[in-house]
Amino acid sequence: MAENLKCSHCNNPATVHLTQIVNNKIIKVDLCESCAQAKGVTDPEGFSLADLLTKTNLIPEGGEPQITCPSCGLTSADFRRTGRLGCATCYLHFIPLLRPVLEDMHAGTLHKGKVPQVALSRQSAAAELQTLKNALERAISEEAYEDAAKYRDQIQAIKKSADSEAVHS
Amino acid sequence: MIESLIHSNKAELTQSAKNGSPVVLSTRVRLARNLVDTPFPGRASKSQRSDVLTKCVDRIAELPQMKQGSFFDTAELSELEKQVLVERHLISRELCEAESGSGVFINKDQTCSVMINEEDHLRIQFMKTGFNLRSVWKQIDRFDSSLEDGLDVAFSQEFGYLTACPTNLGTALRASVMMHLPGLVISEHMDKVIRAVNQLGITVRGLFGEGSDATGHVFQISNQQTLGESEEEIMSRLGSVFKTIIDHEINARFKYLEQNRARLLDQIGRAFGTLQNAHVLNSNEAMNLLSLVRLAVDFEMLPEVNRSEVDRLFIECQPGHIQHAAGEGIEPDARDLCRADKVREEFARLPSLNFDKVNVIE
Repeated sequence: MAENLKCSHCNNPATVHLTQIVNNKIIKVDLCESCAQAKGVTDPEGFSLADLLTKTNLIPEGGEPQITCPSCGLTSADFRRTGRLGCATCYLHFIPLLRPVLEDMHAGTLHKGKVPQVALSRQSAAAELQTLKNALERAISEEAYEDAAKYRDQIQAIKKSADSEAVHS
Repeated sequence: MIESLIHSNKAELTQSAKNGSPVVLSTRVRLARNLVDTPFPGRASKSQRSDVLTKCVDRIAELPQMKQGSFFDTAELSELEKQVLVERHLISRELCEAESGSGVFINKDQTCSVMINEEDHLRIQFMKTGFNLRSVWKQIDRFDSSLEDGLDVAFSQEFGYLTACPTNLGTALRASVMMHLPGLVISEHMDKVIRAVNQLGITVRGLFGEGSDATGHVFQISNQQTLGESEEEIMSRLGSVFKTIIDHEINARFKYLEQNRARLLDQIGRAFGTLQNAHVLNSNEAMNLLSLVRLAVDFEMLPEVNRSEVDRLFIECQPGHIQHAAGEGIEPDARDLCRADKVREEFARLPSLNFDKVNVIE
């Protein structure tokens, strides 16, 4: 191990030396005990150098579009500082910043694994139900009773199938 | 609060004699999940965090896998209790420092723990002693699927499971094994192994992250990438790397034994003697000596039945466990005395080393 190295964050002697190869680039970081602790390098639950670099300086400063998540209010500056996103909606809005980072970080940029089928179909059923309910209200207020009857039947059909699914599971 | 966990005679990590194996101490898989429509814990308000906590705890409590499990609110745990749970790998350091509205659900045999409002709303972990990647994955997959029946998780077709940190995106799966690699360390091949597996997107860390010179020769090896590969692909890639490391370790032990027989047996013998007789023992020394005794079991110098006792001592000699057993507030020096007492007592019950059998490792 290298000797007399200084911590990349403060000037204390570095005792933790990390080397990782991310996409064929060698990345080296030297840290002292307390910085390593603070950066979570010694966290037994999970750590990667890519993670550490995101937190510090992998995401370049300046030049990128200024983004604010309309749902949780996270800004691109927040993201650069913490390396964390604020909510699920952030993923829709931070794509220009995320894409280059993801390419460096992962084996690909498209999910190939498990899909939460049950939760997704429940969510889309709930969304569909809400659309129909809105349409029903609109139809009633517009006195379009034929349409309203059609929406009401559709709503009942969805509710019925949801109930029978619940009984089966 | 955590007395029942520590004194449980069913705990997988400290009491399981049946699955112990040379080289691999334990296998764990964790999944990160978030609920839709609520900001991730780092950005959620106090009341949002507490809503998530209630919702998740209610749902988890319904699951058959958590029958007789216990929930611990982080705010109600003492610092020492948290440290003990970290040493048992049931919670992370990040959870210890989490704001209000966080906690952990732990099942009866401590093979499953679910952290709530750590970095993500849910961090699910399943653990088993020995090398068990497939079966641990099956268990956690089933648990996750039943959880999803009652909770709406944040998911996108493109990016998979959405996580607070983009490094976990996609499968949000981290599979790791705890490996005991004295052969590779003593023969000075560990750096080479670390470099080689790093190139494959695999991370190597010490048991409690002490850089590459891990205490007790124990390393935690896990995948780094989570997006762009399916769970099966990640696992089979990891599995073959793990198998290669195991082979290298066994070869290194063989070779070292062949070339330095007297020296190795001397080290093991002295380690055993020290643990049997020491009166002051710090945690680093204890780990490194226990490592050599675990090697003695692999070499059949000690009966296989004693492996679980050595593995249990790896955990129970950690500072938090020693302090917890002695009662709060003892000095570090006194801790070293307590540790030595405990180890002496346990080693008095072990049979003596059988140096004649050393050649029979496969």
